[in-house]
Amino acid sequence: MIAARAIGDALRAALDEDSRVILLGEDLVDPYGGAFKVTRGLSTDFPGRVRSTPISEGTVVGVCAGLALSGYRPIAEIMFGDFLTLCFDQIVNHIAKYEAMYNGKVTCPVIIRTPSGGGRGYGPTHSQSLEKHFLGVPHLRVVASSLVHDPAVVLRALLAQDSPVLLIEHKLLYPLHLTLPAGGRIEHDIAEQHLSADGLPTVSIRPVPREDCSFTVLAYGYQAELARRVLARLAVEEEIFGELVVASQISPLDWAPVDASVSVTRRLLVIEESVEGFTWGSEVAARISSRFFGELRQPVVTAASDPTVIPSSKTLEARMLMTSDRVERAIRQVAA
Amino acid sequence: MGYNEKGGAAVSTQVGELSPYVIPGKDLAVTVGDRTDARLVGAPGEPRTERLYRRMRFIRRFEENLLDMFDQGLLNGTTHACIGQEADAVAVIEHLTADDHVFSNHRCHGHFLARTGDALGLLAEIMGKPEGVCGGIGGSQHLCAPGFMSNGIQGGIVPNAAGIAFAKQLDGGAGVSLVFIGDGTLGEGATYETLNLASLWQLPLVVVLEDNGWAQSTPSRAGLAGDMRDRFTAFGIPAFEIDSTDVEEIGSVAGRALAKARTRQGPVAVIIHTYRLCHHSKNDDNRPADEVASRWELDPLELHGRRLEPAIRSAIDAEVESALRDVIDRALSL
Repeated sequence: MIAARAIGDALRAALDEDSRVILLGEDLVDPYGGAFKVTRGLSTDFPGRVRSTPISEGTVVGVCAGLALSGYRPIAEIMFGDFLTLCFDQIVNHIAKYEAMYNGKVTCPVIIRTPSGGGRGYGPTHSQSLEKHFLGVPHLRVVASSLVHDPAVVLRALLAQDSPVLLIEHKLLYPLHLTLPAGGRIEHDIAEQHLSADGLPTVSIRPVPREDCSFTVLAYGYQAELARRVLARLAVEEEIFGELVVASQISPLDWAPVDASVSVTRRLLVIEESVEGFTWGSEVAARISSRFFGELRQPVVTAASDPTVIPSSKTLEARMLMTSDRVERAIRQVAA
Repeated sequence: MGYNEKGGAAVSTQVGELSPYVIPGKDLAVTVGDRTDARLVGAPGEPRTERLYRRMRFIRRFEENLLDMFDQGLLNGTTHACIGQEADAVAVIEHLTADDHVFSNHRCHGHFLARTGDALGLLAEIMGKPEGVCGGIGGSQHLCAPGFMSNGIQGGIVPNAAGIAFAKQLDGGAGVSLVFIGDGTLGEGATYETLNLASLWQLPLVVVLEDNGWAQSTPSRAGLAGDMRDRFTAFGIPAFEIDSTDVEEIGSVAGRALAKARTRQGPVAVIIHTYRLCHHSKNDDNRPADEVASRWELDPLELHGRRLEPAIRSAIDAEVESALRDVIDRALSL
């Protein structure tokens, strides 16, 4: 099943199972069904609970905060992740603060879903991966969809807890088929799923036993899929064996599966599509370098997109974004 | 080829360590018993005229004591007193029930006290004590009590209040969601986004605009183009407007506005042109002295206090004084 459909089905199940779930966003209503069609059919089946809103991202998220403070389970869709800037005040100074600054008297369990990332030629303001600006915001979870995590499992886990969530869905994942672990495998690879205390999965994927892997790659979202394909090919063609760790919750990060892998491979590459500098990878590198100081066989390698705007031109975009080629170059660097 | 691990591991159910979400003072919070005092909020059955005066006097003296305590170095941080605007809080909140919700802003003490009567909870909060309504985390601007919340960011509380109104609409109950904003908040885009959405969805939202003429140090005329009422009516929201510091007059207008809101035909606005007789926060007042002095002649406590028998007014003043002394002594002993 393709990711867009699986996410839509997960939302449908959530609406079906809990009358407190409300979906708000721009152009969600049928027949349009959302800019990326993830919510197609839902407004027809859940009238009144799935609503199209004015173009007012900050207020839509702010209304979700009021719903959540009142006991509802609102899920906002922000049409493009780039528009999260319009929600920053609500997320940082309202939604993520209420529970803690009111000393636990309330909870504000808002979920904000948003398609992010480049590769479609949408240019500087419709292609970004801005999640790095939300990493480390106290009391906020940042979660990223990927093809190796079941959206139904992730959404159910997020709805079962009370912290607010920013849920990133890379738009290039939508038309791709999920590759969920089954029987301990994903295709030919060994796949191990680790669940956090809150039920959020991290999946570790390796072509050979961990002891025979010479490095670890940590990634999420679409970059994880690029890395999985490159690693599978390098394993077959060149017997370069690395373990890929795919996190669903990227902030705060579930360190256990990362530590488990790096403690054996003693080399780490962190890949993300955000532009480089003060990134997820920087934080991971700092933490892992400290934790494994003296044990690592080389410094942690980080790979991210170039620190500039994302061009509309296909050629120029491919030069600055993390593409499959750049993922491969980074893997070869850590594997060398 | 290297696919030499047999079978592979089954899906693991091991539990990981996520960074904990620590709420800094939750384990320290202390609940004190009944926090309301009839000397401050009035005993049941007290004549309305006396009750309104008592509650305004309560808020005024609480704030004056607070400013004194700041000057004595007993308090931490900052505060925004509502001296001169007490009639707004008392008159509007007089019309609310337990089903309603109030969202307030940085200048929230009057609203909080009119809504909850919890002087000790507020004072302990501002003093940073575990017995405060938010365990000392929120402080002056970030309060939470049943049916009441406040936050210190301009404009952002308006969509939050609309969300609470949306919840009340979905619940199908009788309550409304009321939000206090100031004239300065009219500079914030979130306010207008919310007016649009709330009107479109006919949410039971009441926006109370307290126009005290000054956004911190900037007069309205230097920060505001156009007309205040037009800002609401442009979105199809009826606006009930009054230029007064008389609690009875404001109460009458607020009563009509709330009655309209309870018909659940969409949001309503209440615009109260008032005046802040104190500085913005602490010792920061550059307004013309004669302007401030002339507005003391419209002090809401004087306007309404004249309606009371002098002996009754004095008795209320004395009761408020003794009750607040008790609150302060108790807070200092915590």
